[in-house]
Amino acid sequence: MSRSTLLRSVMGAALAALVAGTAGVAEAETKVGFIYVGPIGDHGWSYRHDQGRLAIEKALGSKVKTTYVESVKEGPDAERVIRQLAASGHDLIFTTSFGFMNPTLKVAKKFPKIRFEHATGYKQSKNLSTYSGRFYEGRYIIGTIAGKMSKTNKIGYVASFPIPEVVRGINAFILGARSVNPKMKINVVWVNSWYDPGKEGDAAKALIDQGADIITQHTDSPAPLQVAENRGVHGFGQASDMIKFAPKAQLTAIVDNWDKYYIDRTKAVIDGSWKKMDTWGGLDAKMVSMAPYTNMPADVAKLAAEVQEKIRSGKLHPFAGPIRDQSGKEILAAGKTFDDKTLLGMNFYVEGVEGSLPK
Amino acid sequence: MSDISWLVPVILTVITASTPLLLAATGELVVEKSGVLNLGVEGMMVVGAVAAFATASSTGSAVLAILAGLAAGAAVASVFGFLTLGLVANQVATGLALTIFGIGFSALIGAGYVGYALEPLPKLDIPVLNDLPFVGPILFGHDALVYFSFAALVGVSWFLYRSRAGLVLRAVGESHDSAHSIGYPVLRIRFLAILFGGAMSGLGGAYLSLSYTPMWAENMTAGRGWIALALVVFSTWRPGRLLLGAYMFGAITILQLHAQSAGIGVPSQVMSMLPYLATIAVLVAISRDATKIRLNAPGCLGKVFHPAR
Repeated sequence: MSRSTLLRSVMGAALAALVAGTAGVAEAETKVGFIYVGPIGDHGWSYRHDQGRLAIEKALGSKVKTTYVESVKEGPDAERVIRQLAASGHDLIFTTSFGFMNPTLKVAKKFPKIRFEHATGYKQSKNLSTYSGRFYEGRYIIGTIAGKMSKTNKIGYVASFPIPEVVRGINAFILGARSVNPKMKINVVWVNSWYDPGKEGDAAKALIDQGADIITQHTDSPAPLQVAENRGVHGFGQASDMIKFAPKAQLTAIVDNWDKYYIDRTKAVIDGSWKKMDTWGGLDAKMVSMAPYTNMPADVAKLAAEVQEKIRSGKLHPFAGPIRDQSGKEILAAGKTFDDKTLLGMNFYVEGVEGSLPK
Repeated sequence: MSDISWLVPVILTVITASTPLLLAATGELVVEKSGVLNLGVEGMMVVGAVAAFATASSTGSAVLAILAGLAAGAAVASVFGFLTLGLVANQVATGLALTIFGIGFSALIGAGYVGYALEPLPKLDIPVLNDLPFVGPILFGHDALVYFSFAALVGVSWFLYRSRAGLVLRAVGESHDSAHSIGYPVLRIRFLAILFGGAMSGLGGAYLSLSYTPMWAENMTAGRGWIALALVVFSTWRPGRLLLGAYMFGAITILQLHAQSAGIGVPSQVMSMLPYLATIAVLVAISRDATKIRLNAPGCLGKVFHPAR
């Protein structure tokens, strides 16, 4: 056997093995892809989505193969990454940030056989579902706690971008706070980023310097909570339990829980029952849960647990009237609640929020 | 007195926001004065940040952590020195590559440290002085790195303009051929300057992960290295203006957050733009006087030196 034929036969064998290998994978496994806006180590939003991904692997074992791409910027880069996942044989793709909405829609149209799931958005198509958690339910609870715990009646809110999701959270928080203390006010600082620990921390410092004694945040890093800990005020964890960063300051945390949804949707792809859906689950669906109530008197913890149970059972709706706008005019009469459409497009502040909403 | 007491916490926050910028910019000033343009400040900072955090969380020693930040910054800088001085690689390209490398590399070694918190650096409280109204909390009670950032700037200023070695370093930056022809070791001087710049950048990063936000998060420098670079140009290579620039930048960043928190009705996006707008405005104002810039800008900045040529 000459050297070149030997080489050729070795390469042929290798190639055959490779083809057989990939074919084997494609038959047995459903491939699920994720893209995250932050690093999986942000200990917040992206971390919780990744925990959901791991839950799929744990529940479905060898039937699935999951991949993820982290720290994807909301912009032109997102479309490239989503396209790449679609082109590399994924059957189901989760895009987990509001800013991935349009890129996801665009790629979903080009790959009609692949199923897409976009978190927190509102655009759907035949093969694109949307899902989100009713985090405002949790925000109402932490608002109630803040109303009981604050001495200065001033809340500092570190916010990311003025999108409905964030505005809804601010409003739910102040409605909860004013349900127990009508003097409560919120000051909002927009940092124009989901994740910049230094800036988030500085914003928290500025808010505390101006008299806020409770810090809450709608950004992804634990920095604001850590500032609260160092300055001796209270705060709330975001997306996951951040008690490690603030053992004395964290009152509770709103914990995102995607495990069940992710497992259900993956199963639906495997058995062929997947359909376009719009899911918006809260405490009742276990998409939103609360970390232990700590660093507060027992009566406040008891109240918080009661409010949590009332919201879960549907007895209490965070956006129930009467609700007044910033000028004090009633915009929702007693006995009524805002419908989901109003909630999803929320672009106004309610009474108790200081300043004006950036347009 | 009471009507300005609200200023104290604002100034304290401004100091913490400005310190990392000042540390890194001071290092880069020396590098550029020697005629080398190292655009890798961001990369060296972020590696310094992760090294300091990793050391602090495994040994519990702030001193060791600070030293680790210094050493890590210098180590990354030595790669830059080897490539640009030893192999005569393009400085701009190498510097950019260094930043990208630094961000990725730090994320890799930092992966195991995500989600852990640290005690911030101890504050140097001086009982009586610290209780003075207004000046007390502003002048005293910071952590050691804040004081060091001022000391380093004064030291560098003295070194550059009052010492013989500094004169030689500036001569190398002005005209490496002339310096070489009268027998100065151009490459060795530049390499040492690069190491110093790296160490200071690493220290700036260490300040972020040990004191500013005492935790490790990927890419936590968030562009501060680039601002430090801009500050050096902004200062027209003069230490005094470097201090001014770093604090002005820190002040505008913090004041926009305070303005928002106080409910001043300016769109937050405009507020976020302010520090950068101010930098551009000052740059334009300064560059109207071209001779002044030429007096201070190193003549051989960014130029490759090859002794054989």
